[in-house]
Amino acid sequence: MNVPDNLKYTETHEWIRLEGDAGIVGITDHAQNELTDIVYVDPPKVGAKVTAGQPAAVVESVKAASDIYSPVDGEVIEVNAALAADPALVNTSPFADGWLFKVRLTDPSQVGALKSPEDYRTQIG
Amino acid sequence: MPEIIRRTALFDLQKSQGARCIKFGDWEMPVQFTSILDEHQAVRTSCGVFDISHMGEIFVSGPQAMRWLQHMLANDLAKCAVGDAQYTFLLNERGGVIDDLIVYRLAEDNFLLLVNAAKIEEDAAWLDGHREEGVTIDDRSETMGAIAVQGPEAPRIFRELFGGEIPSRNKALALHRCSAMVIAATTGYTGEAGFELFFPTSLAADLWQSAINAGAKPCGLGARDTLRLEMCYPLNGSDLSPDRTPLEAGLGIFVALDKPDFIGRDALLAQRERGVPAKLAALRMTEKSPPPRAHYPVLADGKRVGETTSGALAPSLGEGVALAYLPPDLAKPGQSLTIDIRGRNFAAVVEKKPLYRPSLWLPA
Repeated sequence: MNVPDNLKYTETHEWIRLEGDAGIVGITDHAQNELTDIVYVDPPKVGAKVTAGQPAAVVESVKAASDIYSPVDGEVIEVNAALAADPALVNTSPFADGWLFKVRLTDPSQVGALKSPEDYRTQIG
Repeated sequence: MPEIIRRTALFDLQKSQGARCIKFGDWEMPVQFTSILDEHQAVRTSCGVFDISHMGEIFVSGPQAMRWLQHMLANDLAKCAVGDAQYTFLLNERGGVIDDLIVYRLAEDNFLLLVNAAKIEEDAAWLDGHREEGVTIDDRSETMGAIAVQGPEAPRIFRELFGGEIPSRNKALALHRCSAMVIAATTGYTGEAGFELFFPTSLAADLWQSAINAGAKPCGLGARDTLRLEMCYPLNGSDLSPDRTPLEAGLGIFVALDKPDFIGRDALLAQRERGVPAKLAALRMTEKSPPPRAHYPVLADGKRVGETTSGALAPSLGEGVALAYLPPDLAKPGQSLTIDIRGRNFAAVVEKKPLYRPSLWLPA
């Protein structure tokens, strides 16, 4: 299972990549592999406030809808428009083209408390 | 109370082939092997194989079998000659559906009833409770397995497995394989060309693997559901229930109201007289939306008029589809409605069934 070393992770299988005071958020390879067949993404609205550990988006597979939790507190500044036409990008490219939303962090130090790649690899076994 | 987990004879082999399993009633069954969308696509364009060993096989035989089954089942068995298969219902006294099933006439006095997995015990008890002299009921569900091979390539696979040409639709015949008897039937739950095989469980692995070797892709219950939903085939327990009649479900052509006597007849005649209180309509989403699923409210002019009984993203259509019982005047093709999907309303329209027409499809 792919677990890139330049990201931080949550217990609920989201990843975040810092770019200055903004973070790009998506779901992990492990998560997309569990879901398979993603057919719809319900992103947060640009401008919406998100809270660490609270649902921010919904990703739907053929069989079920899954909540996606924000790893950090902040404000949504961009969502991945490509997912409207091609939700399967989350399956085929979970760490790159399948990113979900970008958030301006209220408190960038929150990222330090998230899981390291080693800890996440241990979690998913 | 210990949890019951039932598995078919193919479980271990399927796990080794990558099956991801879920609980389906008492059963632990593959929901997918690779991807539901890929498996669905395989059935529509080449061939897929499904394990349906969890379903029930109840044999009814004897000198009174034909007359008795005419009383127990809703469709007209006089139209079911030896070698034919017929879709029919076990109805309760109110005309509600206990189970929908296929009856295969194997001989003048020998019938195989293929029933839903979740209803095997109930169907067997119902039949047994009504049994008469001259009727033998033999529930062989525990000792038999079954697979379904479905798709445009299925006729070629039939030829490779058995050497002869596949019969036309809705037929059944007995064949031999490894000196055991296999019942082959040209029926299915996908709308595509294909066949179903019923056999002693000892043959399960051989037949499953032979179908795969001939080119059939292993498919699970996930694709089975999206395929049948596109065809608007009902699922008992979701779209059919003891409180809904086949007339409400739009399946009146499978009920022979001119038969002199069968369980549920009087209730259905009365309902036909009064008019049905609701009709099972097929809905297609007309704007981009999350997939509709079961138990979502359906609204007309902002007022709730019903609830979906089934729903999914239809892979062959690229849109969401659903079934719902609606007031008859709203169940007409062209009727605009909305479906409340987790708190937001999305536009849908009632359409004629089936929602999807396979290229090789011929009317049943």
